[in-house]
Amino acid sequence: MRDSLGRLRGLLRKEFLQILRDPSAIAVAFLLPAFLLLIFGFGVSLDAHDVPVGVVVDRPDALAASFTGKLANSPYFQPRPFATIGEAEKALAAHEVTAIVWLREDFTRRALSGGEAPLGVIVNGTDANSARIIEGYVQQAWANWLQAEAAERGAPPPTPVAVQQTVRFNPAVSSRDYLIPGLIAMIMTLTGALLTALVIAREWERGTLEALMVTRATIREILLAKLLPYFLLGMGGMAASVILAVTVFDVPFHGSLAVLTATSAVFLLAALGMGLLISSVARNQFVAGQIAIITTFLPAFILSGFIFDIGSMPAAVRLITHVVAARYFVAILQTVFLAGDVWAVILPNALALAVMAAIFLGIARLSARKRLD
Amino acid sequence: MAAAPEEPSAALRLDRVTRVFRAGGRRVVAVDEVSGRVERGAVTGLIGPDGAGKTTLMRLCAGLLLPDGGRIAVLGIDVTQAPAAAQARIGYMPQRFGLYEDLSVQENLDLYAELQGVPAAARGPRYDQLLHMTGLGRFTGRLAGRLSGGMKQKLGLACTLVRAPELLFLDEPTVGVDPVSRRELWAIVDHLTRSEGMTVLLSTSYLDEAERCRAVLLMHEGRLIGADDPARFTAGLAGRSFHVAARDFSKRRLHERLSGATGIIDATIQGAQVRIVTETAAPPSAAALLPDVPDARIVAVPPRFEDSFIALLKTGRRAGGMPPAASPPSAPAAPAAGGGDEVIVVRDLTRRFGSFRAVDNVSFSVRKGEIFGLLGANGAGKSTTFRMLCGLLPPSDGSLRVAGFDLGHAAAAARGRVGYMAQKFSLYGDLSVMQNLRFFSSAYRLKGERRRRRIAWAVEEFALGPVSSATSRDLPLGYKQRLALACALMHEPDILFLDEPTSGVDPLARREFWHRINALAEAGVTILVTTHFMEEAEYCDRLVIMADGRILATGDSESLKERLRSKERPDPTMEDAFVALIEAAGAERAA
Amino acid sequence: MWHQVLALIVKELLAVLKDRKSRMVLIGPPLIQLMVFGYAATFDLDHVPIAVYDEDLSAESRDLVARFTGSPVFEPLAFLHSARDIDGLIDQRKVAMVLSIDRRFTRDLLLHRPARVQLIVDGRNSNTALLILGYANSIISDFSLGWAKSHGGPVPPAVLEIRARYNPNLSSQWFIVPGIVAVLTQVVTLLVIGLSVAREREAGTFDQLLVTPMRQIDILLGKGLPGLLIGGVEASVIILAAVLWFAVPLRGGLLPLYLGLFLFVAAVTGIGLMISSLAVTQQQALLGAFLFMVPSITLSDFATPIANMPPLIQDLTQVNPMRHFLAVVRGVFLEGATFQSLLPHYWPMAAVAAASLFTAGWLFRRRVY
Repeated sequence: MRDSLGRLRGLLRKEFLQILRDPSAIAVAFLLPAFLLLIFGFGVSLDAHDVPVGVVVDRPDALAASFTGKLANSPYFQPRPFATIGEAEKALAAHEVTAIVWLREDFTRRALSGGEAPLGVIVNGTDANSARIIEGYVQQAWANWLQAEAAERGAPPPTPVAVQQTVRFNPAVSSRDYLIPGLIAMIMTLTGALLTALVIAREWERGTLEALMVTRATIREILLAKLLPYFLLGMGGMAASVILAVTVFDVPFHGSLAVLTATSAVFLLAALGMGLLISSVARNQFVAGQIAIITTFLPAFILSGFIFDIGSMPAAVRLITHVVAARYFVAILQTVFLAGDVWAVILPNALALAVMAAIFLGIARLSARKRLD
Repeated sequence: MAAAPEEPSAALRLDRVTRVFRAGGRRVVAVDEVSGRVERGAVTGLIGPDGAGKTTLMRLCAGLLLPDGGRIAVLGIDVTQAPAAAQARIGYMPQRFGLYEDLSVQENLDLYAELQGVPAAARGPRYDQLLHMTGLGRFTGRLAGRLSGGMKQKLGLACTLVRAPELLFLDEPTVGVDPVSRRELWAIVDHLTRSEGMTVLLSTSYLDEAERCRAVLLMHEGRLIGADDPARFTAGLAGRSFHVAARDFSKRRLHERLSGATGIIDATIQGAQVRIVTETAAPPSAAALLPDVPDARIVAVPPRFEDSFIALLKTGRRAGGMPPAASPPSAPAAPAAGGGDEVIVVRDLTRRFGSFRAVDNVSFSVRKGEIFGLLGANGAGKSTTFRMLCGLLPPSDGSLRVAGFDLGHAAAAARGRVGYMAQKFSLYGDLSVMQNLRFFSSAYRLKGERRRRRIAWAVEEFALGPVSSATSRDLPLGYKQRLALACALMHEPDILFLDEPTSGVDPLARREFWHRINALAEAGVTILVTTHFMEEAEYCDRLVIMADGRILATGDSESLKERLRSKERPDPTMEDAFVALIEAAGAERAA
Repeated sequence: MWHQVLALIVKELLAVLKDRKSRMVLIGPPLIQLMVFGYAATFDLDHVPIAVYDEDLSAESRDLVARFTGSPVFEPLAFLHSARDIDGLIDQRKVAMVLSIDRRFTRDLLLHRPARVQLIVDGRNSNTALLILGYANSIISDFSLGWAKSHGGPVPPAVLEIRARYNPNLSSQWFIVPGIVAVLTQVVTLLVIGLSVAREREAGTFDQLLVTPMRQIDILLGKGLPGLLIGGVEASVIILAAVLWFAVPLRGGLLPLYLGLFLFVAAVTGIGLMISSLAVTQQQALLGAFLFMVPSITLSDFATPIANMPPLIQDLTQVNPMRHFLAVVRGVFLEGATFQSLLPHYWPMAAVAAASLFTAGWLFRRRVY
């Protein structure tokens, strides 16, 4: 027993020294995560603002001016006047404006006479998602203007139904608040699976694993000595990302640290298990890196609900997402950050992660032999 | 602890051990029914060329691979059944020494001490002992990756010795290290067996190391072709080795004549003479062997281990081998005799990497039609010099001219006069033999009829016909070497650069190779070759010996050996000369 | 000289096609990614689980609820009887939205007072939340309009007619699938060509090439043209799949599309050759390619709009060839863009291609290791 501890200590010290001295470990563990966090924190956003909108008013008057004024005051739009609809359409085709609002000739007359005045909105639908969001904004602006206009004239509300919207957990509907927790899952996948697969493959390549195998170290000690440092590295990266998210990017954190720590630990174990498995299949860094990127990083990006909503995927693809560990972790992270400790979300997802971790680590342990073949 | 059933007099017993690998649908028998034993308390050599199955056998013995058949008993323990029990009592140093290059010397030692369960109290004295033995005491803080090849090898050995094993496996510990380090390693191994009673199994492809072993296991193509006392191997060849010399006949022409002759199984150039081994123990008569050479002298010499290896191989291989090149490969340009015509001139060449001087003020020149050797261990600076000559690396200082050009800046046409064979026989592994030939012929700007003719020549001359559609990665090393040389000669260059052209290939392929190179030199091609096989210096007309980026000596092999000749050492080897030079240089620096 | 370049191209293609590993990189991952991206990467909402809390339980409120039930976007999972259940369902992610209809809904409608309806949305995925609100709002305003018409209430003075150009149904697939052409072409070209120099360096054959009479430009062409060829074939296969399998309309001409493709692959090849000229081992090259790939996709408009980024980062994306090629593919596919309108995207790609290829060629000989 004491011998075993001694061997473990020796292996662990070696692993830490190597991490400190290896530039590629530092690149994957720190450089890439920091870069991703900065890009996503400061750059990437799904929220439209200052959308360039072409405004065509066929016959300018007070009523039309009141509506265009409303648009100009909105943070979502940046109106640009055009004289004719033809010119505006040209600008739309050239991507100078993303949408056109067209107040036709008889706008005022029909608006006041109680007829249906035509208000044309043309959106560039190429980016379907942005187009939908812009549509929503225009609709809202329109409804608000109608309300204000009616109130001014003392008339009854033009729309009989008044909608009151409540967005839970993210009242400002800021995409950063939901992207950053998901991104943390991505970063943990990188350190957990990619880095682990790379470093073990490196030991195969350099023949050092061969030397280790002939010593008294048992396979359990060798595996444990690989898991522990990268586990700590992953948790460290996790802590740094969370601190950055909360302090620099102002992402709210409603859950408890204990839940976050515990679930992260379980996820990291699953990721490390995956890394161990990959390295037992691929014994050179090149192949290990490719497999890790294809089987862990890309699925974590697309199939985890990080950006794309899993519920909207076709059934077959939804089925596949169940074997992506990141899927469960993204759900937990988004809940813990934005909603709090909702056990009904956390428990089933954490259980799924625990099962995956057990399976991956179990296979890795069973398939590991103190042998080269 | 249960006693082994039989008296465990042998440290290692192999009983019909077989191991098969499957590679891309092909079945490769790496170790083929090998039976043998290793006696306690001595060094046994596992000797054979690359690909003979030595490493696989070592790994089988260390319990790292499972045999497909047969039994292995290590210290009386069946490794297949109880690998952990066996591993607790053995030491194993894999080919690349198993060192963590980003850990320091001390950290590597600490790691292995922990792994081998050496108690903390016992470590201090053991470290002192090991560091003293290996001479690494001054470098404990240095990263293992920054050590020279020889120092890495000694550190690897020290790491396997932190807890003295009963049986020590060393897998090619001397490959790529300089002769001085090799001697030091042997001194350590001798010490271990003699005063600590350790048993050592050491694999090597250097045949001359066999003579230092108590017993030798000789492997070739997965089979054990001999197991005996090395002296007894050579004894079988008593009276069959001779030196042949003739005053007015060049050694190369002499060599060419003798290697084809009946009754002679081996002919190699050694300094000014040709060394031959005959089929029978009858001394050959000069008149019968070389009727047109009036002053040929034949002197009997003691046999070497290599002679017996060649004899063993030749008798077994006759059928599969290729005929030695009969005609000199098509003569390029003018087959001028040697003279003052300097083709390669190097003056005060220096190459710095940061503050490290890889090549330090090197000057030499090579004449037309000469075979010129760059000798030295890994890290001596010969590869760097070589790369600068080929224009692959810009020099930091000094000048160099190859056929009047600096290839780094010269027009493409100038490079057309040079043939280059890279280390490890760099070929396109995914391409077939024929596709490689086609590619290189185009790369060297051959077209139409000439291209067709040269490809046909290469296939014919190097006997590549039977393998022309094989993927070159799967070729045996000897064929790779031939193909690489064929590609380098495609455009009939005047100058040929050869970087470690014979490393890893078996002695027969090496002989065949030098035979060809001799013929090329006869035809007027200038040849620059690097090698770390000291005995290959014998083939060179002139050579430089490099160490630490500097030239230690220039001259022909005879004159270099001559300096060392004395009563005690009537026939020094090239390696003796090299070691003496290094030691002299070291003493000079100390003074 | 062309003879030599041709030999190098043939060799390069043979090496890629004969090696099982690189063949796999060419065929396996792109196919899987095309399918997964094509179907999984969607922003369209479909069967969003919602709950309904109808306190009014009148004919009018049931009419409103029926409009939600009838929509393909929403799928009511639960009809609640108590306001207390609302929070739990949303917290636990059982439903994404709760539609709550006020007790006085019908009365207020008849009295021409604002009849209140509350939408409570899970904001954990802000994008989904916005889209859900958009859909729900348009259903409710349809209802209002219908009610006002049939009950003679005050009619809104104007109606909003929203039309989407180029993608009338606002299908995400039409947006994402052309994007995949760009992403996969970049990944494959970068992996195959980017690793080719590093692989030759590792095998030592690159030295051999440099010692032959080939000039830098010959090697550059010999290494780069296979990249163009492989990237071109790969892109063509995906373009074909986009048109035939995913039925994305190809409105523009092939010529402007392939000019963009040519410039894009040239730029990616140049960057790949640059990375691999700098790398000593294949592993470094792989890591380098990865470090380039992640930001180039993130900052390309592929899934995350550039228009929403801060101005500084928007300027930065100008040097990203992927961003420009995405504009070309989407422009040609959906908008039927012409040479002239794509000019602002052609020249930055050409500039990046020229600069990176030049640097790569220079590095072939300069790189010291």
